[in-house]
Amino acid sequence: MITVTRLVKRFGYKTVLRGLDLQVEQGEFVALLGPNGAGKTTLIRILATLSRPTLGQVQIAGYDLSRQAALIRRSLGVVSHLPLLYGDLSAEENLRFYGRMYSVSPLERRVSEVLDQVGLASRRRDLVRTFSRGMQQRLAIGRAILHDPRILLLDEPHTGLDQEACDMLDLVLRGVVAHGRTVVMTSHDLVRVADLASRFDVLSGGVIRASTHRAGLAEDGLLAFYRKAIQEPGAASQPVDFSGPGQSL
Amino acid sequence: MSQFLKATYAILWKDLTAERRSRELLSAMLVFALLVIFIFNFALELNIQVRATVTSGVLWVTLAFAGTLGLNRSMAVEKDRGCLDGLLLAPVDRTAIYFGKMLANLVFMLLVAVIVLPIYSILYNTNLLLPGLGLVILLGAYGYVAVGTLLASMAVQARTRDILLPILLFPVVIPLVVAAVKASGGILEGVPLGEILPWLNLLVVYDVLFSAVALMVFDFVVEE
Repeated sequence: MITVTRLVKRFGYKTVLRGLDLQVEQGEFVALLGPNGAGKTTLIRILATLSRPTLGQVQIAGYDLSRQAALIRRSLGVVSHLPLLYGDLSAEENLRFYGRMYSVSPLERRVSEVLDQVGLASRRRDLVRTFSRGMQQRLAIGRAILHDPRILLLDEPHTGLDQEACDMLDLVLRGVVAHGRTVVMTSHDLVRVADLASRFDVLSGGVIRASTHRAGLAEDGLLAFYRKAIQEPGAASQPVDFSGPGQSL
Repeated sequence: MSQFLKATYAILWKDLTAERRSRELLSAMLVFALLVIFIFNFALELNIQVRATVTSGVLWVTLAFAGTLGLNRSMAVEKDRGCLDGLLLAPVDRTAIYFGKMLANLVFMLLVAVIVLPIYSILYNTNLLLPGLGLVILLGAYGYVAVGTLLASMAVQARTRDILLPILLFPVVIPLVVAAVKASGGILEGVPLGEILPWLNLLVVYDVLFSAVALMVFDFVVEE
């Protein structure tokens, strides 16, 4: 579903991705882990066609990113730590707007379905600026799945959410995965991704340092796997923040 | 309706609906425009004949400054909540995004002109409610937002976007403002159409040229 070959991304003199390879199969839920500055967001932005690769090849859903970006965008739903929603529009107006941009049909029925799915049907006419961060993020997921994309790209979707909002978000994500969509999610929260993802890739120093499926994890779990991966020679030394609530694995 | 037109209309609808709720952009543009004409009114202290000769210049300075304010705000709204990414993720020709934003900016600028013109007419004791002047304002405002929307899309990526846009925009719109001032002045003084026509032609050429440039480069301007 996603094939990345020798991907390089440079911003001026700074090289963020250094020949990264990645293969994601259909229906997989891949968690991209790594310290700050590892290149996770850059990778997600390239996969989302928001940023051009400097070198390398990217194929998504059978399309080449450099030549068929518009076709790729139809297959993608993207959630970032920003909601990508308009505060002065209501929840349903936001979805209606994005529905028109994606030519969703029948639009009104799909908007109602999605609002039900993310638990915001009762707030459909309220302006988004009156929503809590958690509600905005749920609506952001609704926006991302509105056109029924085959691939979901999530860039630290739990950032800034409280425990309850995170749980609600996870519930929505499980529903999304149950529909067979391919998901790539970046996160710093190892506990949450341990429950959600089917595969874990550790990105550090601009390349994938290690990769394992959930079934392949040793007894000491994801935390040990992650620590070992980022301590490899050449990996970035900055560790992930384990100080959040409920971080024991 | 093609997907291009649907997307353009959706963005126009979105901008107008959001502005109808918040009134942030229009009120800022309008207050600024009124302040400028009030300041000129008191600062120039001219007799009625001299006032008639500076009217077109003052009018276009007012519209240009207020327009810059609107252009900056229009793109900042998209950038601050990540909505520009939301637009760029849509599977539509990205020039539809440009034209949607540009048309919304044009509507805002024309609304400001519609409100400013009668007030200006009273303050400066000059009749500005002329069909010919309306046409010049339409052509001038179109050219201004055509190039302004493109440059605002570029400037919004920078931390210094508020000061960057005027620095980028004003040198590029000099030919447009000169043509608009000359054409407006000609219409207000009642000179024959033949003398105004070259300036009107320049406005049309400018509008077409910068619409074409935006069509070609917008995709590169907004992508990293």
